[in-house]
Amino acid sequence: MFTLEFELTKSLSGHSPAPPRPSIWGIAARITRTQYWLFASLGLILPLLAWAWLHNSGWVDPIFLPGPVEVLTRLGSWVTEDDLWGDTMISMYRVIAGFAISAIIALPLGLLIGAFKPVEALLEPLTDFIRYMPAAAFIPLVMLWLGIGESAKISIIFIGTFFQMVLMVAENVRLVPIAQIEAAQTMGATRSEIVQLVLFQSAKPAILDTLRLTMGWAWTYLVVAELVAANSGLGYSILKAQRFLKTDTIFGGIILIGLIGLLMDQAFRWLHRRSFPWLHSES
Amino acid sequence: MSNILIRQLGKVFGAQSTNSVPALENVDLMIENGEFVTLVGASGCGKSTLLRILAGLEHHTSGQVQCNGTDISGPSADRAMVFQHYSLYPWLNVIDNIKFSRSLKVKRENITSADVEAASGRADALLDLIGLSKFAKAYPNQLSGGMQQRVAIARALMGKPAMLLMDEPFGALDAQTREVMHDLILHIHRIEKTTIVFVTHDVDEAIYLGQRVVLMQPRPGRIHSIYPVPLPTQRDQEMKYSTPFRALKAEILNRIRESSGMVTDQDLLNKLNHTPDLASTEQL
Repeated sequence: MFTLEFELTKSLSGHSPAPPRPSIWGIAARITRTQYWLFASLGLILPLLAWAWLHNSGWVDPIFLPGPVEVLTRLGSWVTEDDLWGDTMISMYRVIAGFAISAIIALPLGLLIGAFKPVEALLEPLTDFIRYMPAAAFIPLVMLWLGIGESAKISIIFIGTFFQMVLMVAENVRLVPIAQIEAAQTMGATRSEIVQLVLFQSAKPAILDTLRLTMGWAWTYLVVAELVAANSGLGYSILKAQRFLKTDTIFGGIILIGLIGLLMDQAFRWLHRRSFPWLHSES
Repeated sequence: MSNILIRQLGKVFGAQSTNSVPALENVDLMIENGEFVTLVGASGCGKSTLLRILAGLEHHTSGQVQCNGTDISGPSADRAMVFQHYSLYPWLNVIDNIKFSRSLKVKRENITSADVEAASGRADALLDLIGLSKFAKAYPNQLSGGMQQRVAIARALMGKPAMLLMDEPFGALDAQTREVMHDLILHIHRIEKTTIVFVTHDVDEAIYLGQRVVLMQPRPGRIHSIYPVPLPTQRDQEMKYSTPFRALKAEILNRIRESSGMVTDQDLLNKLNHTPDLASTEQL
């Protein structure tokens, strides 16, 4: 890493003697975009190399640790022989549906909790209590109440995300600067106008970040949700593969879920830049 | 006719609890229409609390406070407030921030296009008044602190409030910017003829801006005295070096020092004045 830094400094400074550059290893030091991407790809490639090396070393039984090539081959056969596309789609449907229902209820509720102290007192301790209950423990209840259809799986994802989301949205709203609210009051804004035109508008960027984070959590509940009598989906495929010791499928499924999550995260970040230009347009 | 009438006003924080704190006691003050009054005093003297009661953002616990003959019971568009910072809406550009109070009305009432045009005319005039015509489409985070406060002032004036309440609006600005802001706010006071109540801890600022300076003292917050400022209505920066200005400044500063009751600060000052020169002791 240190030689890398040296190489970069040398190549950037060119031929003429340049003033010394500050080290990139200083606390909170800045790095260039190129350097950022260099380290980012290193962070991804090194574990991959380590994995391939460990697999090839023969220290671990390939039954337990398939190599990157085997996993890639399996993903290929998953597409051609099994229904990878269908599994991905049904899993995405479950995650997005559970997440969307959470968001539709959590947003107004969080806004009310953040805006009005009595609502906070009424709902926040309760929500705090429920959010510590493990979502997986609700499976038997959900199956009794909703059966074993799609609604049961969506419900598990809902339970896993909703309570966290409500509390985070409420906190986003509480962090709106009091001067923004009081300025609106002295300009004659009514309570509902302040909620809509100040609290919500001001908290929107933070709320979108909350949605981005909770979307990640929704994906982590996928495998739990597909414990419920599923016969398709990425989480289900991972669970089924365990029974037949097909570790390549397990690896492939996990990596795929990670990739989809990463893509969605990037989509949220893109939306953030698009929707809130004032946050990203420093003078 | 008096615009603001404050009689025997008192405010206790946490009135119901056992450790209640009296913030204001027996405050009597009358403010005339179109007057420029500054409130000054040591920290904890209740000057901001008094301003917030006038704005309707705090409730008094005893006495009476009236605006144009009616009791103040809550915030109103007639009494706009300018805060020290963080009050602009970062998601709105400069011109939309200024038009914010207008957008409330447009949503509420059936506004004709002529009204909207008149309002746009006023917004543009205010933008010109604060000298930021070129920055109409800029976002607040692209402006300097002084420019942001100019926008906050224009936004407060947009709804033609009878009173402008200012809570240390220039407290976070550097000295040079503050001088510009002083002349701007005096200019605005002349042409808009708004009553202005201005809270500050800067005695220079209080005298330079105010027609009257209300000196407050702490524990509990109350009015110590009210000084009419012996300067012409039309102020300029040179007056800060005039004898009447300096005399009033010395008087107010002395009263603040007496009333602040900061025993530790006083001890420190005494110590500083009587410590032998450290450099000379070093050589012994």
